[in-house]
Amino acid sequence: MDVLANLGDGFAVAFTLQNLGLALLGCFLGTIMGALPGLGPSNGVAILIPLAFTLGLGPTPSLILLTSVYYGAMYGGRISSILLGIPGDEPAMMTVLDGHPMAKKGMAGEALSLSGIASFVGAFIATWGLILLAPQLVKIALLFGPAEYFALFALAFATLGGVSSTNQAKSAFAAMLGLGLAMIGVDTQTGVPRFTFGEVHLYDGLDFLVAIVGLFALSEVFIFLEHRHGDADASASELKVGRLTPPMSMIKQCTPTMLRTSILGFIAGVLPGAGASLGSFISYSMEKRLVDKEGTFGKGDPRGVAAPEAGNNAAAGGALVPMLALGVPGSGTTAVLLAVLLSLNITPGPLLFANNPDVVWGLIAALFIANFMLLALNIPMVGIFTRVLMVPPRILMPVVAMVSFVGIYGISGSSFDLLVMIGFGVMGWLLRKFDVPLVPIILGTLLGNTMENNLRRAITIDNGNWFTLFDSPLSLTLWAIAIIGFIMPLIVGRLVRAKMHERGDEEGSIAD
Amino acid sequence: MFINATRGLIAATVLGVSALAAQAQDFTPENPECIAPANPGGGWDFTCRQVGKELQDLGLIGKTMQVVNLAGGGGGVAFAEVVNKRADDNDLIVAASSATATRLAQGAYPGNTTDQVRWLASIGADYGVIAVSADSEIETLPQLLDMIKNDPRSVSVAGGSAVGGWDHLKVLIAASAYGIEDVRSVKYVAFDGGGEAVTQLLAGSVQAFTGDASEAKGFVDSGDIKVIAVLAPERLEGDFAEFPTAKEQGVDAIGANWRGFYAPGGMSDAAYDAWVKKIGELYASDEWKEIMANNGLAPLDLQGADFEQFVQNSVSEIQGISREIGIIK
Repeated sequence: MDVLANLGDGFAVAFTLQNLGLALLGCFLGTIMGALPGLGPSNGVAILIPLAFTLGLGPTPSLILLTSVYYGAMYGGRISSILLGIPGDEPAMMTVLDGHPMAKKGMAGEALSLSGIASFVGAFIATWGLILLAPQLVKIALLFGPAEYFALFALAFATLGGVSSTNQAKSAFAAMLGLGLAMIGVDTQTGVPRFTFGEVHLYDGLDFLVAIVGLFALSEVFIFLEHRHGDADASASELKVGRLTPPMSMIKQCTPTMLRTSILGFIAGVLPGAGASLGSFISYSMEKRLVDKEGTFGKGDPRGVAAPEAGNNAAAGGALVPMLALGVPGSGTTAVLLAVLLSLNITPGPLLFANNPDVVWGLIAALFIANFMLLALNIPMVGIFTRVLMVPPRILMPVVAMVSFVGIYGISGSSFDLLVMIGFGVMGWLLRKFDVPLVPIILGTLLGNTMENNLRRAITIDNGNWFTLFDSPLSLTLWAIAIIGFIMPLIVGRLVRAKMHERGDEEGSIAD
Repeated sequence: MFINATRGLIAATVLGVSALAAQAQDFTPENPECIAPANPGGGWDFTCRQVGKELQDLGLIGKTMQVVNLAGGGGGVAFAEVVNKRADDNDLIVAASSATATRLAQGAYPGNTTDQVRWLASIGADYGVIAVSADSEIETLPQLLDMIKNDPRSVSVAGGSAVGGWDHLKVLIAASAYGIEDVRSVKYVAFDGGGEAVTQLLAGSVQAFTGDASEAKGFVDSGDIKVIAVLAPERLEGDFAEFPTAKEQGVDAIGANWRGFYAPGGMSDAAYDAWVKKIGELYASDEWKEIMANNGLAPLDLQGADFEQFVQNSVSEIQGISREIGIIK
């Protein structure tokens, strides 16, 4: 089989000492970042971007490091959910519902290791899904002309608010802000500089890495400075972890749940804009409807822990499919990863599998390796990770700030970029105060130019005829999905959101 | 005290004189440095690194050339840095290309002009090509230009540079040489790089492609596209020898994406001459011929005053076309 041969090549790429080391490092750091309340996968990846660049890593090693962080953070989010009842990141929100009650019953260790296994199953199935589905998407993608690309980007933005956002208007505002920021720089379709104020540094537009690190990492520091007496670290020591391995009967009971929710989560992840939060939410509510006959969900049912964890990890893998095959990110974190790919001079999209097979298959092999490492790390080392939750923010935050500054300066060597980054940090802090989600801003800055260029290319090619945008079956399909994706949440969203955010964290802006 | 001062003065005089003498005879840069005004991996970066390495291998510079990447503003950040802060640095050279000249001509480096720096020499050129997809009915350049002349709306030309960028200007140079009066009517669609533009040519979204020979090479080898004209004074060597030039087909258009260097405006004449001579020697070497062949660079042998003149001419040509299409006033 062709796929297996390619995968074999991929393992050959990934099995070097450096790459394995990076995967291990990424898994470890990712788990810690996921576990720390407030730091989610998108922040985690954003914070480590500068590290990858400073180390001078090539495309494949950088990707291995960063996707390991991504997978690791998806694993780690559950730790604080279960132990503290505070989700480490938004996708881990649903794990709180049954995980924390389990911990209170003295079954914290079982909950942690069971969720670790569920995460593994979800991610494992999703990685296979990625292998099987992504090359197929490539074939379809060759049908994409400028008009179809525009429809695809419109779809990404229309579904962005989706079910997982608290407030569709705020998501829309954030997306518009991002699109506006993307306008800065020389317009490629006319060659005219826009919003540059004669500042030559702005002619190339804003560097989205600078924007990402500012928005996510620095704003985190500002938030900390504001309430200096962080208390998230207080209560961890009160809990007993208990036995570290779940009984076989519990695993058996949860197996069908894990398999079902993995597939569901994967599909949720593949849809652009839906992301891991949706994956874990759908998984949990479906399982509840399906198997919760005695009404034990919400009171410490192991299946209630397994379902969202398998779901959100599968969604994390699923979100990589459209990012690699179409260049359209399926979640916030993959939007960050897309930015990394672009700055490594690799264009994700239809030609990626043909042009950079070593990158793609090396990455996929690394995902498998990372997944096994995470399983191995997570079961015996649960105790260590719980202790990390007690690192006081007053030590953690200066480290974050330092890594941000050194990293960004390392990439561009420009003090102007540092100022831009601080500007974004302040903006991120303000927007969080207003509970405006940050991911749509990144998506806007990232996709804005391409979206606009494809719109204008399509119109130019067809001599100013706007109907060219609805000219092919493919673009019509995309528009239909976009419209449904935008309207559906408005109708069913109210109901769903009410349930989903019953226990939502207050910093909802760190959505994945 | 007095003696010491006198001694010092004498020493300084002697040293100064000998330094001057050395400069006049044979200037050697102490810490040769090359600014690549882009991130590692691009054409400018290649220019700096390859030339730096070869200059050292040939023994023309004593020390390793230090390559500094100073990206931003399409080369504008580096240009401003050289003009404002390093104007009299004798050890510094900066990689440049047609894109530099185009941006200078169109005022895209705010407040900077061609005469603020000294143009050293070229190290080769990547000539432009105009291509169509392999199954297209169009066989020759005049055929394509006739179609544009009769109905400009029927032909979309795709290229990898922005509107007003070099890929765009090449088509306009050809169109204007063919006698198309209103070059603004030529429909140009800008893509992000030559690869994306060729992909859309293959997908059938556009009818023609304009780019550099090196960009088109992969697709010519795979048989996907058909080159209908090379914008060079003579036929290229190697794989491209079978493709006719625009000139052969009666369209007197040349579009060379040259690569070369400029130096700070305040560089001393001795240093300028020395650098020109070094790059000239490098260009003449067999080693450089091989590098050119491997990287799809065609000959363009201009140094010193000739190169200054060449850049000035190309800047005024670009200004003329840019004015016609309304990019500058």
